[in-house]
Amino acid sequence: MHKLKLASVLVGLSMAGSSFAATQVEWWHAMGGANGEKVNSIAKAFNGSQDNYEVKPVYKGNYTETMTSAIAAFRAKQQPAIVQVFEVGTATMMAAEGAIYPVHKLMQESGQPLDESAFLSAVTGYYTNSDGNMLSMPFNSSTPVLYYNKELFAKAGISQIPTTWQEVESVSKQLQSAGVGCGFTTAWQSWVHLENFSARHNVPFATLDNGFGGLKTELTFNGPLQVAHIEKMGEWQKNGIFSYSGRTNDGAAKFYSQECAMFTESSAGYAGITRNATFDFGVTELPYWEGKVDQPSNTIIGGASLWVLQGHSKEEYSAVASFLSFLSSAEVQADYHQVTGYLPITEAAYDLTTKQGFYAANPGTETAVLQMTTGTPTANTKGLRLGNFVQIRGVIDEALESVWSGDVDAQTALNSAVTRGNALLRRFEKAND
Amino acid sequence: MTVTFPQKGLPWLLLLPQLLVTAVFFLWPAEQALEQAFYREDAFGLSREFVGLENFADLFSDPLYYQSLVTTLVFSFSVAIAGLSVALLLAVMADRIIRGKLAYQTLLIWPYAVAPALAGVLWWILFDPSMGPIALWLGAAGVEWNHYLDGNQAMILVVIASTWKQISYNFLFFLAGLQAVPRSLIEAAAIDGASPFKRFWTIVFPLLSPTTFFLLVVNLVYAFFETFGVIDATTKGGPGQSTTTLVYKVFDDGFVGLDLGGSAAQSVILMGIVGLMTVVQFRFIERKVQYS
Repeated sequence: MHKLKLASVLVGLSMAGSSFAATQVEWWHAMGGANGEKVNSIAKAFNGSQDNYEVKPVYKGNYTETMTSAIAAFRAKQQPAIVQVFEVGTATMMAAEGAIYPVHKLMQESGQPLDESAFLSAVTGYYTNSDGNMLSMPFNSSTPVLYYNKELFAKAGISQIPTTWQEVESVSKQLQSAGVGCGFTTAWQSWVHLENFSARHNVPFATLDNGFGGLKTELTFNGPLQVAHIEKMGEWQKNGIFSYSGRTNDGAAKFYSQECAMFTESSAGYAGITRNATFDFGVTELPYWEGKVDQPSNTIIGGASLWVLQGHSKEEYSAVASFLSFLSSAEVQADYHQVTGYLPITEAAYDLTTKQGFYAANPGTETAVLQMTTGTPTANTKGLRLGNFVQIRGVIDEALESVWSGDVDAQTALNSAVTRGNALLRRFEKAND
Repeated sequence: MTVTFPQKGLPWLLLLPQLLVTAVFFLWPAEQALEQAFYREDAFGLSREFVGLENFADLFSDPLYYQSLVTTLVFSFSVAIAGLSVALLLAVMADRIIRGKLAYQTLLIWPYAVAPALAGVLWWILFDPSMGPIALWLGAAGVEWNHYLDGNQAMILVVIASTWKQISYNFLFFLAGLQAVPRSLIEAAAIDGASPFKRFWTIVFPLLSPTTFFLLVVNLVYAFFETFGVIDATTKGGPGQSTTTLVYKVFDDGFVGLDLGGSAAQSVILMGIVGLMTVVQFRFIERKVQYS
C-alpha cells in the first residue's frame, strides 16, 4: 500500500513538472547534431504557440535505428504518435495498414485543413497513394545535385559549367591535364546514378509505375540507358575521371581535399560543404546524357517523412494534426529550408524564401528546388515504392562495386542485381499480402 | 567433497537466481528465435503465417549464404591465428623485460577497454583511402589501398581491427601462462645446451597448450559472434559481400531488412554452429592438449 502511495506521489510530481493540461505526444526522430537542435526548436515553438498540446521530440539514433525502434515499440504497444521514417522505408510503412494513420485521413478526421494542392507535388508525390492522397508528411527532403570546385575549374581554364555527362567527361579531361587527380566522385551511388538517373531520363526504375501501382512490381534498372551510364562510369573509374569512395557520403573527403573537382551529392550536403570546403564552390543541376532525352525530367527526393502511428487517443491525434498544420505553415517551412538546406514542401514556403532574398544571398541554394520542379512529374519521376528497399540498395551497391573494380561488366552486374532484387520484392509481397 | 542439504528445497532456492537469469535471458530468446524461424511475418507483426522450413530452404538455395559462411571461416581463423601469434610474441618479450615491466604490460592491455565500434572507427580512419595515414604510407610504398573497392583489402582491414582488440586479452593469459612455467625446467634445458628457440618450442610452448587451447576457443567464438561492431563501423559488410559474416548478415537481414523469419532461421543455424564448434574443439583438439 505504501508503495502505491509513493508511486502516485511520484506520478503527481512528474506531471506537475510538465505543463499540466497539455496533451503530450512523442515524436521519434533521427536528426542528430545541428538538425537535431532544429527539431527541438520547432517542437518548442509549437509548444509555445498554444496551451493544449505538447510535442516531445525524442532522438532515436540513425534512420534504421529509429524505424526499427518504432516497429519494436509498436509490437510492444508502446509506439510514439509520430515517427520519422526514411524514404526507403516508405513501402514498408505503407504496407502496414493496421499500424499507420494516413496523414490525409488524420487531418480530415481532426478537422484540420489540408490543401494538398499547396504542396510541391515533386516532394509530396513520393508519399502519396495511387489516389493522390498524402500518407505521410514530408519532413526533410533533398535531391542530388552537382557540386564543383570553382578554383580548380579556373586553374584548368574551364568557364563552362557542365550540364550534361558528355560535358562532365570533357571537363574532367581538361582538369586532369591541369594536374587534378580525379574528375568527380559521388555519394549514395544507387540513389544518384540509378534511381535519380532513371527519373532524370524519364525511364522506369521498376514496373507498375516504379512500384506505386502495387506489390507486384519488378525492377527494370537494367535497361539500355542505365547500363550505358554504368558502363561509362566503370570506364571512368579506370581512367580516373570518376573515383569511387564508398556507399554513403564518404566521397566528401575527396572533394574537400581537392582530389576530385566535382561531387554528386544530396542538396542537403550544402551546409557540410560550406563548412568544410576551403575553396569557392558552385552548385548546379544533376547532369544528363545529351541526345538520350529531349528535356531532362525532375529528379526524385531522398530524406524522410513523418508517419503517424495507430493506437493513440483522439486528443493525442488532435495534437498531432495541429502540429502537422503548424509544421507545414509557410513561415516554419521557409525557416527550416533556409537553415537546414532541405527542400521546402509548399509553394508558399518557396515563394516566401524567394521574397526574403535568401536565394540571391546564397547562390546555389535554389538549384535543388528548380531541378525538382522541372516540368510535371511523370510515373517515372514521382518516386520509388519498393518493399525491402534497404536490402535492394545493398544489392545494387554490391553490383556497382563489382563494376567499379572491373570484375564484371555493367550489363551482367545490373542483370544480377535485378534478379536478386526481384527475389527480395517477391519476399516482401508474400509477407505483406 | 560433497555437501548434503537436510531438505530438498534449499539447493533449488540457491540455484533459482541463476536458473531464472538463464531462462529469461538465454532460453526464452532462443525459443523465440526457434519459433520465429518457421514463420513469415511482416515487420509490424500484423500478420503471421506458418511456412514450415521455407525460411531455411531460402537460405540454403542462396549461393550468397554459402559465400558468407566461407567469409566467416576465413575471417575467424585469420583473427584467431593472428591474435594468438602476435599476443604470444608480445607476451614472450614482455616476460623477458626487467625494467619498466609494469608500464609495458599495462600499456599492452589498454586496447581491450576500447569499445568494438570505436576500434572500428579508429582503424577506419587510419586506413581511409583519401586521408588515412597508413593508406598514404602504403600509397607511397607503391601499394594502392582502397578497401571500398578491393574485397581482400577490406577483409584485411576488418581482421586487423578485430585482432587488435583481442591481442590484449590473449596477451594477459599468455603472460600468466609464461610466468607459471617453472624456471627450473628452462634452466635445466639451458644447461643441457638447448638454444632459446628450442627451449621455447619443446618446453614452454607445450606447457602453454592449455592456455593456447582455451584462447583458441575464446578467439574463434569472439571472431564468429562479437565482431559485428567492428564490421559495422568499418566496411558494413562490403564491398560486395566480401566482409559479410554470418552474424553481420543476421543483423542486416533482421534489423535493417526487417525480415524476421529469415533472420531467425539464420540465428538457429548459428546456434547449431556454436554447438558443433564446441563439440569438435573439446573432442578432437583438447585430446592433444597437455594439462601439466
